[in-house]
Amino acid sequence: MSAASTQPIISVSNLSKTFASGLQALKNIDLDIRRGEIFALLGPNGAGKTTLISTICGIVNPTEGSVTVDGHDIITDFRAARSMIGLVPQELTTDAFESVWGTVSFSRGLFGKRPNPAHLEKVLKDLSLWNRKDSKIITLSGGMKRRLLIAKALSHEPQILFLDEPTAGVDVELRRDMWQLVRSLQAGGVTIILTTHYIDEAEEMADRVGVISKGEIILVENKAELMRKLGRKQLTLHLQNTLQLVPPELANYHLELANGGSDLIYTYDTQGDRTSIATLLEDLDRAGISFKDLQTTQSSLEDIFVSLVRKNK
Amino acid sequence: MNVQAIRAIYRFEMARTRRTLMQSIISPVISTSLYFVVFGAAIGSRIAQVEGISYGAFIVPGLIMLSLLTQSISNASFGIYFPKFTGTIYELLSAPISYFEIVVSYVGAAATKSIILGLIILATAGLFVPLRIAHPFWMILFLVLTAVTFSLVGFIIGIWADGFEKLQLVPLLIVTPLTFLGGSFYSIDMLPPLWQTVTLFNPVVYLISGFRWSFYGIADVSVAVSLAMTIVFMAISLAIVAWIFKTGYRLKT
Repeated sequence: MSAASTQPIISVSNLSKTFASGLQALKNIDLDIRRGEIFALLGPNGAGKTTLISTICGIVNPTEGSVTVDGHDIITDFRAARSMIGLVPQELTTDAFESVWGTVSFSRGLFGKRPNPAHLEKVLKDLSLWNRKDSKIITLSGGMKRRLLIAKALSHEPQILFLDEPTAGVDVELRRDMWQLVRSLQAGGVTIILTTHYIDEAEEMADRVGVISKGEIILVENKAELMRKLGRKQLTLHLQNTLQLVPPELANYHLELANGGSDLIYTYDTQGDRTSIATLLEDLDRAGISFKDLQTTQSSLEDIFVSLVRKNK
Repeated sequence: MNVQAIRAIYRFEMARTRRTLMQSIISPVISTSLYFVVFGAAIGSRIAQVEGISYGAFIVPGLIMLSLLTQSISNASFGIYFPKFTGTIYELLSAPISYFEIVVSYVGAAATKSIILGLIILATAGLFVPLRIAHPFWMILFLVLTAVTFSLVGFIIGIWADGFEKLQLVPLLIVTPLTFLGGSFYSIDMLPPLWQTVTLFNPVVYLISGFRWSFYGIADVSVAVSLAMTIVFMAISLAIVAWIFKTGYRLKT
């Protein structure tokens, strides 16, 4: 890999935003987005996800700090910075009476690109909008409008794509299609930053995950690493005979009884000593507790996210 | 310079005009024709000539100015207010386009529309009264300067407005009265001395006077003053637009 390609494509440093109302939406954000990755920004409502994206894209003025896009400062060198970015906003904000073709052509021109009907045709076909290219936007369904916003962002061949809640209000099938599209964009070298409420989306798509809460980035981690580090596993044993109490000799395992005493639950860290299960089973045997079945579950990104945000409260 | 962006916005705005042909072109032409029928033919036939020109012909420059002013303002204010209203302004703000280019494209499109309209009204007037244009170059210059200046004013109103009512407020309560009282339908000489002085504080007087001079060679105030005042209005509007973009007023938080 060359030096240029290992440099972050977006570098946010010490970024703060305080609105006129006094609300501090972003607090000293430091964040690097790597070239070619899919970065998922998670956070509860009002955490500052959209403000962060809007600031990088030039819609909101930062109060403090700086952002560079491929080395271009977003304020002093806004032209170079912005021409690399495609933004798909959260709200379905479209014109009403313009045609699909008209609006994607407009977006391409707005970003300083010469007309290229072949590219626009490809984008519209990829998003299953080609047969509606002459339709007025007002006649499109919600899902089509969502895809149209993506088409507008892709019309000018961005190297970075921001997707702010791209699958909000989109049906399951369309979500799958969209994930497919995002993957193919990534394969084509586009860096993708998405915010989402659907944690499974981040789990499915992202290379790295950032969690923002109350205007602060509280965690940035490789997704797999995050799952490994913070992921907890649970072992559930379905007992032969119900138990009233966990025998005191097993107190070290912090076991829980569930389902009226017929299930015994053991929670452990995936990082922890794997042999603890083996010793638990031995100790159970020694205590005369037998089980007819067992199952293990691993916590999802959602559980991790919820516990992180709760901690930050 | 992002020429592609200027072209894209300009085209987009002109396409909007084509979609709203009735509202943009036909309705002003009809209302102007009605002015001719009422003022020119019905009332004008009872009014003696004004400074050697038939009354019907005398009001032509004023009528064109009336439409030019109101349409420039309404075109430009709608053009920029609508993206704010629908939220599509996000795209404009995130595009690699400078404020100067945004103004050039929106104001350029609005001014183009009102100039086309002015010329259509001129042609319509030609059907009712004999026309004479003594100084065609100056006529076009006044037409263009006024259209651009008031499109800038419209742009400012469009940015300032946070509702449809405000959008209509300035044209309705300020521009239309000033135009009617600015000598569209009469020569200032016809007023009592006190009102003549008061009228000189009405900026529209200078626009109409200069424009009328380019037709018939007669003016209420000197042409140089008219031209200077038009340029001053333009400079003031430009300064306000520059301030809006510098501060992000009503555009960016």
